[in-house]
Amino acid sequence: MSLLQVKNLGVQFQTPDGYVYAVNGVNFELEKGQTLGIVGESGSGKSQSVLAMMGLLAKNGKASGEALYNGQNLLTMSPKQLNGIRGDRVSMIFQDPMTSLNPYLTVERQMTEVLQLHKNMTRREAKKRAIELLEAVRIPEAARRIDMYPHEFSGGMRQRVMIAMALLCEPEVLIADEPTTALDVTVQAQILSLLKDLQRDFGTAIIMITHDLGVVAGLCEKVMVMYGGRVMEYGKSDDLFYNPTHPYTIGLLGALPRLDHDGDTLVSIPGNPPNMAHMPKGCPFSERCAHANAHCVEVLPALEAAGNQTSMLRACHKSVAELQIIKEKAYA
Amino acid sequence: MPERKPILSVRDVKVHFQVKSSNAWPWTPKKTLKAVDGVSFDLYAGETLGVVGESGCGKSTLARAILNLHPAKSGEIVWMGRDLRQGTDKDWLAVRRDIQMIFQDPLASLNPRMNIGQIIGEPLRVHRPELSGTEVDKRVRAMMAKVGLREQMINRYPHEFSGGQCQRIGIARALILEPKLIICDEPVSALDVSIQAQIINLLKDLQREMGLALIFIAHDLAVVKHISDRILVMYLGREMELAEKHALYDAPSHPYTRALLSAIPIPDPKLEKNKQIQILQGDLPSPMNPPSGCVFRTRCPLAEAQCAGERPALRRLSADTQSSCLLA
Repeated sequence: MSLLQVKNLGVQFQTPDGYVYAVNGVNFELEKGQTLGIVGESGSGKSQSVLAMMGLLAKNGKASGEALYNGQNLLTMSPKQLNGIRGDRVSMIFQDPMTSLNPYLTVERQMTEVLQLHKNMTRREAKKRAIELLEAVRIPEAARRIDMYPHEFSGGMRQRVMIAMALLCEPEVLIADEPTTALDVTVQAQILSLLKDLQRDFGTAIIMITHDLGVVAGLCEKVMVMYGGRVMEYGKSDDLFYNPTHPYTIGLLGALPRLDHDGDTLVSIPGNPPNMAHMPKGCPFSERCAHANAHCVEVLPALEAAGNQTSMLRACHKSVAELQIIKEKAYA
Repeated sequence: MPERKPILSVRDVKVHFQVKSSNAWPWTPKKTLKAVDGVSFDLYAGETLGVVGESGCGKSTLARAILNLHPAKSGEIVWMGRDLRQGTDKDWLAVRRDIQMIFQDPLASLNPRMNIGQIIGEPLRVHRPELSGTEVDKRVRAMMAKVGLREQMINRYPHEFSGGQCQRIGIARALILEPKLIICDEPVSALDVSIQAQIINLLKDLQREMGLALIFIAHDLAVVKHISDRILVMYLGREMELAEKHALYDAPSHPYTRALLSAIPIPDPKLEKNKQIQILQGDLPSPMNPPSGCVFRTRCPLAEAQCAGERPALRRLSADTQSSCLLA
């Protein structure tokens, strides 16, 4: 059995203008020590799907489907049961380290609280453990700095505190929601190499949510590309980067300015991201897709194995061969 | 070949801020934060100069100093042969017709109580009061078409637009006076990848069409590489390296540039998983109390005793590269 199994996960929000379906039909499995990347632009539903798993949706949000952690459904648990798992077995790192740490409490109080609650440690034991973890994330002078308040740390250091806090109970699953987006590239490189080391040492499975395909390339074995609340393509990272089969993934890769080779113009994707309150009936990407026809606008494509690549799932009416022909014509 | 004359020359510009130290007495002397500390460069017509560096390196302050939004403490800013620092308010009005700016946060930089026709037309009403209302309207509509906004949107308000469209409005507002130089302060950092590509392509097309010079500030080196001809790398208010694009990316001369380049994730699993990352140790030093000598020496893997001595200035290594590293 997989460590984490997500089946047909959906998230809807009740708004004054009716229901907004932020996430639809997300399926994935995560094994011990594996890394899954979820990529998408703002509003694609990548954050909402993991928030739903952690029971952290806004009040007007409702999750459907199943998210099985060792066979237990996280979505139907009582808050009390869920509190026994989140922070302990499944923990999360958020994007903005300043707003997700409590500014009124010292780092020591925020970290020992977790251990006192989940591991029944005494404050003294907990502090010792917390210092060990801060050292593990390479915060210099951890024993002294643990008594400081979050504002006394720099952005990169604060993110390290968040990571140390998430790892306190040695979780089996670590969910990282854009952990490096607010950081500078050199700090990002520090944090990513730290995550890799920690994964090797603790055997943690990681779900990495990001909009940066470069981060995904370095860290993840499997990648899920989301758009408009739906999964567009899901497969092994190598397949996805070298042989993308979905027009959106192809567009996304083409739109990236690259350091490793020169190009004159970027292949931009025309149009704007969809408005979640007024989604097209068919494929959410149909409005911006160069290959879309009337069928795409009307009928929602299912997520199916991509032709001969059985490990790859894609949601597109056009076959891989068809797209290939169009691509060749464009370059001819 | 005739010698090219720069349209903008910046010489040894310093921008310092006086800051109160925390929990100080009212009579405690204020500390000086050296946001930009002696930066020099030339900009030629039609050229794009990229300015990169991490947060707090002074790249935005430098841009604002050129337009006198933060007055420079010392140094020269020479625009078309005139030193702007000696200029009166009247001179500045004329200069701002030629130099326009695009800001990072596309929504926050648009007045929420003006519709976009008014926003885009405002520079014309300030700088070209002789134009009639119909003429302004005509030019606004033409400019909207140029940046890819539909004419029917002219009466809408900024909150009705997405981030990418707001950035197009900002670009239209900057271009309506037909300036010679546009300073872009992180124009695409707040946008999604697919929208970012649209805006970069738009800027490149408009630059080619109107012969604009650009100063393009960003923290994303891949974006800067794509759009720039030459690149200035800054760290803690000082220049580290100023080089032609290909020279900088193929053979970076400064250890900070090398660290910065190696830190960028490449969207290619094989390259990314096998590349050598040179991870910088520690944090950025405080700009109130920068290290002596080379400001990068506290984190530099190559630092030697001589780096702590005198502050190194940019020196020319080859036709394309200037570096401030003593060891380069």
